[in-house]
Amino acid sequence: MINRLNLKAWLLLLPALSLLIAFTHWPTLKSFWRSFTWARSDVAPSQFVGLDNYRIMLDDPVFWKVIENNFWYALGTVPTSIGLAIMMALWVNSKIRCTSLLRLAFFTPTILPMITVANIWLFFYSPNIGLFNQLLGLVGIAGPNWLGDPDLALSSLMVMTIWKEAGFFMIFYLAALQTLSPELFDAAKLEGANAWRIFRKITFPLLMPTTLFVLINALLNAFKLVDHLFILTKGGPNNASNLLLYYIYETAFSFLDSYYAATLTVVMLLTLALIALVQILVIDRRIHYR
Amino acid sequence: MKTLTKCLTTVGVVSILGFSSAASAGTDLTMYYPVAVGGSLTKIVDGIVDKFEAQNPDINVNAIYAGNYNDARVKALAALKSGEPAQLSVLFSIDIHELRNLEAIVAFDDIVSTDAEREWLNSFYPALMENGKADGKTWGVPFQRSTIVMYYNKDMFRAAGLDPEKPPTTWEEFTSMGKKLVKKDNNGNVQQWGAMIPSTGYPYWMFGALTKQNSEVLMNQAGTETYFDKPGVIDALEYWQDLGNKHGVMPKGMIEWGTLRQNFLDQKTAIMWHSTGNLTTVKNKASFDFGVAKLPGNKELGSPTGGGNFYIFKKSSPEEKQAALKLVKFMTSPEQAAHWSKSTGYMGVGPGAYETETLKAYLKTFPPAAVARDQLTHATAELSTHDAGRVRKFLDDAIQSALTSQETAKKALTDAQKQAKSILRRYK
Repeated sequence: MINRLNLKAWLLLLPALSLLIAFTHWPTLKSFWRSFTWARSDVAPSQFVGLDNYRIMLDDPVFWKVIENNFWYALGTVPTSIGLAIMMALWVNSKIRCTSLLRLAFFTPTILPMITVANIWLFFYSPNIGLFNQLLGLVGIAGPNWLGDPDLALSSLMVMTIWKEAGFFMIFYLAALQTLSPELFDAAKLEGANAWRIFRKITFPLLMPTTLFVLINALLNAFKLVDHLFILTKGGPNNASNLLLYYIYETAFSFLDSYYAATLTVVMLLTLALIALVQILVIDRRIHYR
Repeated sequence: MKTLTKCLTTVGVVSILGFSSAASAGTDLTMYYPVAVGGSLTKIVDGIVDKFEAQNPDINVNAIYAGNYNDARVKALAALKSGEPAQLSVLFSIDIHELRNLEAIVAFDDIVSTDAEREWLNSFYPALMENGKADGKTWGVPFQRSTIVMYYNKDMFRAAGLDPEKPPTTWEEFTSMGKKLVKKDNNGNVQQWGAMIPSTGYPYWMFGALTKQNSEVLMNQAGTETYFDKPGVIDALEYWQDLGNKHGVMPKGMIEWGTLRQNFLDQKTAIMWHSTGNLTTVKNKASFDFGVAKLPGNKELGSPTGGGNFYIFKKSSPEEKQAALKLVKFMTSPEQAAHWSKSTGYMGVGPGAYETETLKAYLKTFPPAAVARDQLTHATAELSTHDAGRVRKFLDDAIQSALTSQETAKKALTDAQKQAKSILRRYK
């Protein structure tokens, strides 16, 4: 009986499992293996080269640059968009007029595809004809070259990313807020707690499961989402806004070097796995689940 | 919407055809092609392909728009790798060495059989063949080819007291006229720039023009050596830097390739250097009187050629190769080349195109369309080496770091040369 049950379970899992193995696990293993091999071109037979690709990687200044950029990019986008998301969620959850319109407004950037958004923002950021510099021009400030200045390019990408992501995270917080029991807040008010105290002692702790979920997603996105680079900067000027995944793309499809691309991919996978692991193991323990 | 529906229908029809190809007679060809300058070029390609199919009912052509040059190469190579059919493609002319290293393409010399066909292979402008030849054979046939030309706003020339029929022809004139064309408001903020040379997208291409004007080239024909650190090359990059930093003719820092045309159309700059592929769009959209001229020179005039060539893929049957050759011959024939040139601004690929009634009449009403061709006498090949993606990026990064004042031109180019050299060593 148990065997038949087991078999049935496996059969039910089979479709999902085979897709996962074919498109996730097998390519991962293959990339891992590939990162230890090299060939002159894609048609030549590859040979085992040990850690050679990794040694080249450690000597590659662009690799270090994209790692550094990715670090700042994550640091710059993740906390801000989560903070904004919470604020927006609290606002549209309160009893004000036109909440649905407001919710829609906040959610709009999420609905738009990244490429579309990037194409619009390309013209926002454009130094002479762009919206931002024209607005600045009205008050007599000569705006900077947002995407063309190596000191500003990455920050400009971050601003757009925050604008795009915050609305998405807001939806999760909004859903979470609506499940919170109103009695808690009534009780707190009876005790004379002010709004900030209520938020700090009740709302925020109760939102922690959502925050963990959003945090993992936001951090992963900081590594996974590079669509806008294709349109806005192509990683330039001089790699000032290059990110790891875009560099992997460049290596694989512009340099046609699938071996080095595999090496970089392994680094990326390990980084992401590590981030998820730390979050789940460390932060998870401090979270109050009901 | 209509195009989308058409595309989807085509994809649907083609996949059905693909499944039943054993049953259907005739030859199916799949061709990828890129569009680098925007505009409605896909419709024009579709139109030419439709004409070809009408003339050759036994050949079905599935022309797939595949993004920019990079995307098109990625898609075509991915298709080849996965065993999907693709018999020919329009790809970046400078991909030749890599496509050969991947053993993806065949030489046209090995496919043509008749004398007429050999003559056809010799009917193109020699400057356009430079990026298509290697090891004494022709691997790429020119199709959507361009040079960089100088678009300038005649109204602004008049307003600045310059002769609108005398655009700058030397670097000195370019600098001095550029300075006169800059307009500032009372706060000293620039309202209108003298000139813009784009430094994103394809910086190495623009740089190829400046180096040629300084009588230098960036690489050898075999694509195994680069000359990034020659004094003349460094000098050219310093001039580019000076235009922004010293002379104030251009904005400092990067100038975006993608939005430059809009800057010109919005009259934010009096001059832009851009691909001739923009010509027809500029003509249709400019609300002011504009002119097109050869790029100014220093030691000589010069511009690299650019754009896409036809390649025929190795992984195809002899019948398919012949059908592909037929298609390439049709699309590069004088009549089609003339039609293509008129609709886009890309140049007619051979002298024959300019002898057709279409282009003759067009040039009479719109002389700027001849500038790209006239410039061919001064043209050089576009940067094309083995491991081209990497080598190109070394140069792009060097140019950008110099233009954003992170490095001196000399240091940036010397480093790029060192990096390129260590990579290219393997191909000698």
